[in-house]
Amino acid sequence: MQTIIQETIQPAPSSQIMLDLVNLKKVYPTPNGEYVVLENLNLQIKKEEFITIIGHSGCGKTTMLSMMAGLNEISGGHISVLGKGITGPGPDRGVIFQQPSLMPWLTTIDNVMLGVKKVYPQATKKQREDICKYYLYKVGMESAFYKRASELSQGEQQRVGIARAFAIKPKVLLLDEPFGMLDSLTRGQLQDVLIDIWNKEKITAVMITHDVDEAIFLADRVVMMTSGPKAKIGDVLAIDFERPRTRKAILESENYYIYRKHLIDFLEH
Amino acid sequence: MKEAIIKVFKKIGLGFMEPLIRLLTNEEPKKNFKEVLKRIVAPIASIFIFIGLWQMGSNSLYEKEAAYKIETTKINQGEEAAQKLKVCMESGEPKCQPNTLPSPSQVFGAYKKLLADHKRIAADKKAFKEKTATLNESREAQGLKPIVYTGRPSFVDQILTSLKTVFAGFLLAMFIAVPIGIILGLNPTLRSSINWIIQIFKPVSPVVWLLLVFMIVKTMNKNSDSDSSFLISFISVGLCAMWATLVNTIMGVSTVDKDYINVAKVLKLGPVQKIFKVILPASLPLIFTGLRITLSVAWMVLIAIELLAQSPGLGSFVWEEFQNGAMDSNSKILVAMFVIGLIGFALDRIMLFIQKMISFDKGAM
Repeated sequence: MQTIIQETIQPAPSSQIMLDLVNLKKVYPTPNGEYVVLENLNLQIKKEEFITIIGHSGCGKTTMLSMMAGLNEISGGHISVLGKGITGPGPDRGVIFQQPSLMPWLTTIDNVMLGVKKVYPQATKKQREDICKYYLYKVGMESAFYKRASELSQGEQQRVGIARAFAIKPKVLLLDEPFGMLDSLTRGQLQDVLIDIWNKEKITAVMITHDVDEAIFLADRVVMMTSGPKAKIGDVLAIDFERPRTRKAILESENYYIYRKHLIDFLEH
Repeated sequence: MKEAIIKVFKKIGLGFMEPLIRLLTNEEPKKNFKEVLKRIVAPIASIFIFIGLWQMGSNSLYEKEAAYKIETTKINQGEEAAQKLKVCMESGEPKCQPNTLPSPSQVFGAYKKLLADHKRIAADKKAFKEKTATLNESREAQGLKPIVYTGRPSFVDQILTSLKTVFAGFLLAMFIAVPIGIILGLNPTLRSSINWIIQIFKPVSPVVWLLLVFMIVKTMNKNSDSDSSFLISFISVGLCAMWATLVNTIMGVSTVDKDYINVAKVLKLGPVQKIFKVILPASLPLIFTGLRITLSVAWMVLIAIELLAQSPGLGSFVWEEFQNGAMDSNSKILVAMFVIGLIGFALDRIMLFIQKMISFDKGAM
């Protein structure tokens, strides 16, 4: 019998675990045989925790996230949300993609409405609209309810993407480099928007990023992935800053530089 | 005001008028003058060059044909008859004109003649209607069929008949091809199992479609005394023209951006919402491209089909004039050619306008 490799960190009580990845494996068939992207990947994410994942390009971060979202088949092991194994996408897991992927033919509010209709089937039209407006207001898009998505800038589109994901009241929010294509000013604004709304909604978040500062600023724990093939979790770093955080306070703290060095050391090896 | 006019012009595909409007209102005269030269004057000049070349070509063809005609008359009927023919030709008498490519002025003359002819027939029709109005009323009261005008249709009537046929054929094509295209686009198994039908029937020529439709409609329509030629021609037009829409719809639906599909999956949209809110709008640009091709193909094959099906319309007009064989008829055929071309162009513009109105893809050309 194969023995399961125990994680060195103390396992949390099971009621506290929101997302559990056990011995996760992903294999892509290629003409030259199988290509193993992920293997023996174990990760437990606690309720209301904010996790950021960093690692080199092509190491399988996005594959892992889309498996959690249920968009990509699991080749081995399993993923469970609150102890229940997942079989496909579901409204308990909201996703914010790298591309905002708004429907350009719909208005801002209709884009958010898409998922809301499904999640609140018995609500009246007015109530649903209020829900959409509430979240659009939260991300600072209150002046553009009836604008077409194609008329918005990238940053604005991603704001709507955030509102759309939160509006379906997910238990877990999965973010795949959501601010990757934005300039650094807009990125900062959107990080604040995200953290603000995350604080209020008290949900679990898993976010992939390339940006070390972003990873530290947002996360409770930063998960570092080893380079592929057969990528797995290389190291986990707990970030011990008080919330709510401000950039200024973090930049002035000594720990920040220690964390930063730790992450960069990992990435450069 | 000015900007509004420009916007309207752009919407209806007359965007090239923009610099002229700006020039007339004295806005950046230098730049707009250049633009006017480039976008308005140059195209108009090309029209004149085209007409000039045509005039030269038809002149030389005319002379060749005339010389040949006089020569053969001389050989067959002697010098005197040839002299007579020459005088007759120079006097412009239609019956002794050599039969060749007509010149632009002759075509314009034929156009005016056709219009006058239309006015005469329209007046005739109106008079007939007034004359039979009371009679028809009493016939209707007795349960008899009213007496209808059976005179020769005018050129404009023929155009309207053709437009009606092409419109009916286009609607038929749309109502067959778009739903089937969506179903096939959504379902890869069905798509691959039915693909052979599309691949085999797509290249079939309009004539064969006509014959096939004829075989079926002739039998099905046996007991009714209605005229089946309209039925035959519009069904054939629809069947010929629908393939572009079918293929484009399948393609559009099956290649919707994966990001949109993922969003639909993550939001757990139901099938109806997924189709109407995501897949259809996303594939609308391609569906419209297909519909535009369908409309232009429908208009193109219509002429050939009308010609063969003996159904009234521009096609039979062209065919009758060709059978007629006089120089006058040649000019009328060319008038028909320009009318066909212009209407085809207009139809495409209308489709483009509709596409721009309802599709998210504002950059369509």
